[in-house]
Amino acid sequence: MTTNKAVVEIRNVDFAYNDVLVLKDITLTIEEGNFLGIVGPNGSGKTTLLKLMLGLIHPLRGSIRVLGQAPELARHSIGYVPQHAEIDSGFPISVMDVVLIGRLGKAPLFGGYRKIDREMAEEALKEVEIYEFRSHHFGTLSGGQKQRVLMARALVGKPEMLLLDEPTASIDGRVEQDIYELLKRLNAKVTIVLVSHDLGFISTYVNRVACVNRSLVCNPTEHVTADVIEACYSGPVHMIKHKCEL
Amino acid sequence: MFEFIHVLQSQDFMQNALTVGLLASVACGVMGTYVVVRRIVFISGGISHTVLGGMGAAYYYGFNPIHGAFVVAIIAALLIGFVSLRYHQHEDTLIGALWAVGMAVGILFIYKTPGYNVDLMSYLFGNILMVGRESVKFVACLDLLIISIVLLLYKRFLAVCFDEEYTRLQGIGVMSTYLLLLCLIAITVVMLIQVVGIILVIALLTLPAATARYFAPSLGSMMILASILGAVFTTSGLIVSYEQNLPSGATIIVIAGMAYIVATVLRGLVSRFRSYDKK
Repeated sequence: MTTNKAVVEIRNVDFAYNDVLVLKDITLTIEEGNFLGIVGPNGSGKTTLLKLMLGLIHPLRGSIRVLGQAPELARHSIGYVPQHAEIDSGFPISVMDVVLIGRLGKAPLFGGYRKIDREMAEEALKEVEIYEFRSHHFGTLSGGQKQRVLMARALVGKPEMLLLDEPTASIDGRVEQDIYELLKRLNAKVTIVLVSHDLGFISTYVNRVACVNRSLVCNPTEHVTADVIEACYSGPVHMIKHKCEL
Repeated sequence: MFEFIHVLQSQDFMQNALTVGLLASVACGVMGTYVVVRRIVFISGGISHTVLGGMGAAYYYGFNPIHGAFVVAIIAALLIGFVSLRYHQHEDTLIGALWAVGMAVGILFIYKTPGYNVDLMSYLFGNILMVGRESVKFVACLDLLIISIVLLLYKRFLAVCFDEEYTRLQGIGVMSTYLLLLCLIAITVVMLIQVVGIILVIALLTLPAATARYFAPSLGSMMILASILGAVFTTSGLIVSYEQNLPSGATIIVIAGMAYIVATVLRGLVSRFRSYDKK
């Protein structure tokens, strides 16, 4: 593991929204091939950490390198999967057109998409097993299907790393497991970082867990103990223990 | 009806009115679709009302008010677009302020212009029967401009409207694309002002597109359907207003509004019927 190249290097990063410190002294290295779960309570700064890695926001202090570059410059090698609930489901757009947006940066400025873009989009749809829905209206799909479409959009740019924000929020248990199985399969090719408020399920799939609550504690999965989690959530965590028993 | 056809055949003013109505419907369907799906009705309202400032100033200094409207619409679109992307939290307050100040400035200019202020009503509520040959050409050129830009940048506009953050991650200039889109909306507003006036412009921009949305599966088909609906509303409004001696702008909007309500009710009934079927 030690010989793997670092995909993300975060050093001593502080971040504040309007003078309120959200993240404090975060240091984290993500290596090639990792499947990292970032967990923490609501409002702990998990999504903020994800947006810092994408270069959508900038740290107050410290440095972030993605694939050895500034995050903005490495974006084309990162596939970002936002929460499907944040996307307007009334928008008149087909599944295929959603995935093609992932090719926008590489397609010509004027006119439509090229044949190669369409072929790559079809390939990505097949990879996440949603190809038969390609001409459906995006808004009519279920939560799990929408999540797969957004994953196809991220994969169509051939990324080296996938960043997922709460991929299983508002999705029921069985479908949730399918999504994790899919991610595990994808992990053979790409580094995966996913944010979740729900530690129970992800601990069986990820190989590292980072607990964020303003500051960060990172552990290989086997070392995640009740003490570590309690330190992160700052209090006893009946909910989480309960879910671990699943 | 026969009387309308007779007038249409014999009178220039009615031919101009019908042509401008049909031409404006095209831009209205295309840009109205973006306004509805991107949910920027309030932003478009801000642009259209601010335009009265430009019309008033042009009127006062003796220029063609439509040219004044054109210049101010573009300035307002850039300003409001910048505000909405950069200061998102205060967006509605700032747009509300521009909206009111623009209108107030326009009214002051019109009040200070010597002579009888008969034009104020036609700026606010439109008078399609007053448009001349010049306006027909002007509107046709703007139509051509809007359609060619939308054809060229269709996929980019779609991406920015659907998911702005993801588009930014693709390395696309979201700010410039969004501002261009707002400028095209501003141009459409100027065209529509001649048909229904400043106050009713938002209704004509949004109602055909909102009605089309119920039936269209994609952005492109929504644009085509909205353009057809717009043409039907303006033409039927023109006929009814002429036959019944009513103000044309208000008649067009009432017809469009009624069609939207009927479509909404039908849509609700259909989806209820379907869920009943499943049970």
